[in-house]
Amino acid sequence: MGRVEKPLETREITLNMGPQHPSTHGVLRLVLQLDGETVVKCTPYVGYLHRGIEKLAEGMTYLQALPLTDRLDYISSMANNVGYCVAVEKLFGIEVPERAKFIRTMVCEMTRISSHIIWIATHALDLGAMTVFLYSFREREWILDLFEMLCGARLTVSYPRIGGVRNDVSQEFLDSLYKFTEEFPKRIEEYETLIDKNRIWLKRTKGIGVISAEEAINWGLSGPMLRGSGVKYDVRKAFPYDAYDKVDFEVPIGKNGDVYDRYRCRMEELRQSNRIIRQCIEKLPPGPIMAPDAPKFTLPPKDRVLADMESLIHHFVLITKGPMAAPEGEIYVATEVPKGELGFYIVSDGTGRPYRMRIRAPSFVHTSVLPRLSEGHLVADVIANIGTIDIVLGECDR
Amino acid sequence: MNIFEYSIFEYFLKPGSFDVLVNIIIILVKIAIVLGVVMFHVAYATYFERKTIGRMQVRMGPMEVGPHGLLQPIADMLKLFFKEDIIPEKADKTIFYIAPIVSLMAAMSSLAVIPFYKDFAVANINIGLLFILAMSSLGSYGIILSGWSSDSKYAFLGGLRSSAQVLSYEIAMALSLVGVMMMAGSLNMNEIVKAQAEYPTGLYLIPQIIGFFVFVVAALAETNRTPFDLPEAESELVAGYFVEYSGMRFALFYVAEYVGMIIMGCLAATCYFGGWTIPWYIIKILPFLKYVPGVVWFTLKVYFVVFCYYWIRATVPRYRYDQLMSIGWKLLIPLALANIAITGIIKVMVK
Repeated sequence: MGRVEKPLETREITLNMGPQHPSTHGVLRLVLQLDGETVVKCTPYVGYLHRGIEKLAEGMTYLQALPLTDRLDYISSMANNVGYCVAVEKLFGIEVPERAKFIRTMVCEMTRISSHIIWIATHALDLGAMTVFLYSFREREWILDLFEMLCGARLTVSYPRIGGVRNDVSQEFLDSLYKFTEEFPKRIEEYETLIDKNRIWLKRTKGIGVISAEEAINWGLSGPMLRGSGVKYDVRKAFPYDAYDKVDFEVPIGKNGDVYDRYRCRMEELRQSNRIIRQCIEKLPPGPIMAPDAPKFTLPPKDRVLADMESLIHHFVLITKGPMAAPEGEIYVATEVPKGELGFYIVSDGTGRPYRMRIRAPSFVHTSVLPRLSEGHLVADVIANIGTIDIVLGECDR
Repeated sequence: MNIFEYSIFEYFLKPGSFDVLVNIIIILVKIAIVLGVVMFHVAYATYFERKTIGRMQVRMGPMEVGPHGLLQPIADMLKLFFKEDIIPEKADKTIFYIAPIVSLMAAMSSLAVIPFYKDFAVANINIGLLFILAMSSLGSYGIILSGWSSDSKYAFLGGLRSSAQVLSYEIAMALSLVGVMMMAGSLNMNEIVKAQAEYPTGLYLIPQIIGFFVFVVAALAETNRTPFDLPEAESELVAGYFVEYSGMRFALFYVAEYVGMIIMGCLAATCYFGGWTIPWYIIKILPFLKYVPGVVWFTLKVYFVVFCYYWIRATVPRYRYDQLMSIGWKLLIPLALANIAITGIIKVMVK
């Protein structure tokens, strides 16, 4: 009695993580093959938030498609808008006024701060550090208030326009933003006191999710995911758009390519973004905020629309049919959004609507590396890896 | 004597049996008092936690129900009480039913041996400390059973993690308390406190500082608190072993966790902070303090420990499973063993 007839059999279990799971950042679904707590196989399934943004854009005029880009990476909508606008402007050959360029750079960096804040908040929360989450949401609230002050919207802003920005910034806004930039570096230190040298944090992040520079390039990683591995590539430096060539900033890089180095990279980026915002405020030139080629691509000013017939007609045509003077051709333009390299590939057939729009979403590319980072590690490391990728499913599933 | 002919009524009719009856009634009253008071404190420990952590995280904590949210625990309890009790279809129903009860019962019975003040314990037994250790490891049965019976992989993983965790940290905790046992020369909680009061430092915290460190860490792990809350790791296992529980059954687990925390607080207060006494040198400096009843000191000490729990929760991230194990086996157990050796050597040398 009690004799074991045959050796104990062990089996791997399949664990379905998500799409409803607190730390899959939305609706990512991972099917994990577990041997005990070790991940043998990790298969990400995406598409739960698919809304067909690329296809929807084909039925819309270039201006109408702009709010769609808000819904890509919904926590950094400003950067997506700018990315889209830059692509369309390059396709049409529109030259954006200097002031608009600086404003765009400024709001892009504000977005970077708010996005990185969410990243540190959720990343820390996933690893169990609850307080960082609430500290950083305090500053995010501040940024969102500033956005509201700027354009009336907090999340899906649709503030940039093809050829410029929607409205000018007020002095009041600039003052508040300046106050923010004065205060924010202290707040970054506050987050860092909690986790930067925390032994548990170091143990959970150092040597986890390591990817070498070569591999990172081969996987097509971008943004902090790439820079964490020591590759100094930033679209803002390599192919400057807007006013990035006129401001001074550093591109922080990591060394080991692990979760901790990416954390350090992003924290440093917060400081650099703060620097850029300050420079933008200081250097903000006077002038128009919209490209002056009113009848062709950009809307004529509202007061003229109400006053003269021709402008009204232009306005009507631009809104209903899109820019009629759109040249034929195709273009791929990448911008550096908080998550990485966001690319818009737009094919124009001369009508007012994009013939095809394809979005290179950094989150989508980064999700593909998740199995590479997680396999052979523990379940808890999968969570750390999801956090370090800084995934937003709105962008991944489009 | 045939045992079947011997009824309990005959027993009470014997001379002297009246005392036994009185004793039983006294014990029942004591149980009622202890349970009532502790349950009240458990309810407000949740409030205290939310307020403390709220303050640490620059927010208010509960503010809506009652003044400053003081009635929040009652509202929570009512909510949980009226919630639908969902049982998974494929769950092992019997085990699913008893798991939270086992968990709570194990936590509650530890209260029996805690001396809240001089000679006031429901059961002043000589193996008090062992009893608490036994009961707290019994509590892990609740977790394992619930994890097993829920028919959910998340709960299952939580249960497995918990069993491994409690097993490893139980050893470290018991070993850390051995130092106290050696110094007091007793396992009786009352005796430990009395021995402490007579000790030159007034509390065992100072000579047993290594043991105390091991104890605090092991107690955190034992009660599944951050940074060792792996069995219920919210971001990994959603809620861990009680993921399938709802309503009142969930509340039982929740209460068990908080009772466990208060027990650990009581244990720390009794074994390291001198229980209901205050060190003689403090009384010498501030003589009026001796008029403060012992139970107040005890409560303050318990709340100090509980506050530290919250503080830790608000500060640190969570360990990974293998790291937790390596800390338990490679750091805490050797430390506790060293502590025993040092205590022993000193004790022999002083003699």
